[in-house]
Amino acid sequence: MSGELRSMAARVESGMCVALPVDYAGVSMAMTRPLIEHGARDLHLVCVPTGGLQVDQLIGAGLVAMVETSAVSLGEAGGAPRFNQAVKDAAIGLRDATCPAIHAGLMAAQKGSPFVPLRGLLGSDVLRNRPDWRVIDNPFAPEGDPIALIPAIHPDVAIFHAPMADRAGNVWIGRRRELAAMAYAARQTLVTVERIVEHSLLADEMTAAGTLPALYVTQVACAPRGAWPYGLWGEYPTDTAELMHYARAARSAEGFADYMASDRRPPA
Amino acid sequence: MTAALSREILICAIARLLDGVRFVAVGASSPIPAASAMLRRALDEGSRTVRLSVLGSVEHNIFTNGSTELFDAAGQGRLDAFFLGGGQIDGQANVNLVGAGDYPQSSVRWPGSFGSAYLYFTVPRVILFREEHSPRVFVEKVDFISAPGTSPAGVYRPGGPVALVTGKGLFSFDRARPGFRLESIHPGHDLAEIRAATGFDFLHDAAPPQTPAPDPALLALLRGRILTELAETYPAYAADWQRDLAAADRH
Repeated sequence: MSGELRSMAARVESGMCVALPVDYAGVSMAMTRPLIEHGARDLHLVCVPTGGLQVDQLIGAGLVAMVETSAVSLGEAGGAPRFNQAVKDAAIGLRDATCPAIHAGLMAAQKGSPFVPLRGLLGSDVLRNRPDWRVIDNPFAPEGDPIALIPAIHPDVAIFHAPMADRAGNVWIGRRRELAAMAYAARQTLVTVERIVEHSLLADEMTAAGTLPALYVTQVACAPRGAWPYGLWGEYPTDTAELMHYARAARSAEGFADYMASDRRPPA
Repeated sequence: MTAALSREILICAIARLLDGVRFVAVGASSPIPAASAMLRRALDEGSRTVRLSVLGSVEHNIFTNGSTELFDAAGQGRLDAFFLGGGQIDGQANVNLVGAGDYPQSSVRWPGSFGSAYLYFTVPRVILFREEHSPRVFVEKVDFISAPGTSPAGVYRPGGPVALVTGKGLFSFDRARPGFRLESIHPGHDLAEIRAATGFDFLHDAAPPQTPAPDPALLALLRGRILTELAETYPAYAADWQRDLAAADRH
């Protein structure tokens, strides 16, 4: 395990709110084991807007107190076994959301606003179980028009994986703008990348448009195949066989521990 | 040519429900709806443009603003059709994607509500799809409402359910009544079986028609181009489909 990844993981402290991206956007799986080894506990995870393998593994390792998410699953490999068990055991707190509400909370933080209004939700048990959300009457409508308000989400740390960064810490995120939204909202952003390039990503308008400026980036580390077993857009596909292997192994706590203790690596 | 598999009949039934859409999106864990949307696009090619966004796909994703763009486009009224499943779906078209039993300590936990609590309100043509047609799925009343089937007057709601497709039949949904009506029964199933497998009441004709099976030209399109397009996002599902075809071929 590289010292760079270890030093990034050391920035995460017990009790912090950690934002993690959806499985297809660029998950820094390379940071999962360093985070577990570092051992910051009682984490409040915010899944943007859903979670998968990384969330399941952090829960399985006992580091998570609360999950705010619109869903947790392993996609084609099925349900997330450690998440499901933790829910059954009431071992974690839950803030069930809906995808656009997570985006709305991050958007509010991005704007420096206390909340963002959001359509939908009314009459759902999602809303009923979120005392931190409010419903008001749209003040601009001539008659009653109820609408939900979603408070800003301020993660302490956002962690994700991207194809490349330059020496100045600018990170190319392409069209995965949710990664930028996470970084705008978070106090610190930790990024792993496939490669570090020597030229400035801002020097060329073609890459500048898809670049998250270093202003929002706390630290970058190189981790080739760092999303594996997830894929990375434009780089490599998801290793579904490995996800299925994990899904089977992690059905029990012992199986999960064995899996995490084994040396799993991407196929060459 | 091998006769239509049941999954192929479902794909074609859903593609018919998408007739006329300009823009359709497909959410997480939805290989059959994704194949249906790809089929709709292929069938309409040359006559009208069907735009498609498949969550998790790189090739079949027209968005450039991250995962929020789907919801923004729906809020703007640009998204014509979307699909929702459910661990439970009841006769009022309430969907439960969260879990069975008491919340939050569900006895069975499902992934979660995803975008349902928003898209059910904002997308005009929401098609409910659940292949397993059993009393544990189609219940009298869901244990948790991820998204309600209907809303009282005064709630902003341009969207909602129009149909329910299961492994046994196709239902329409009447938002005014509200309730489901069985429109057709898939080959190999019958009304008595559907009644026994459905935990809520629904309207139906004395002898509902059979869901049409695809003709050879449609099957060739499905097993060629559509299967190939689908494999990018759903490799395991595509491989399973191919195995079924190979097995059916041997018999």
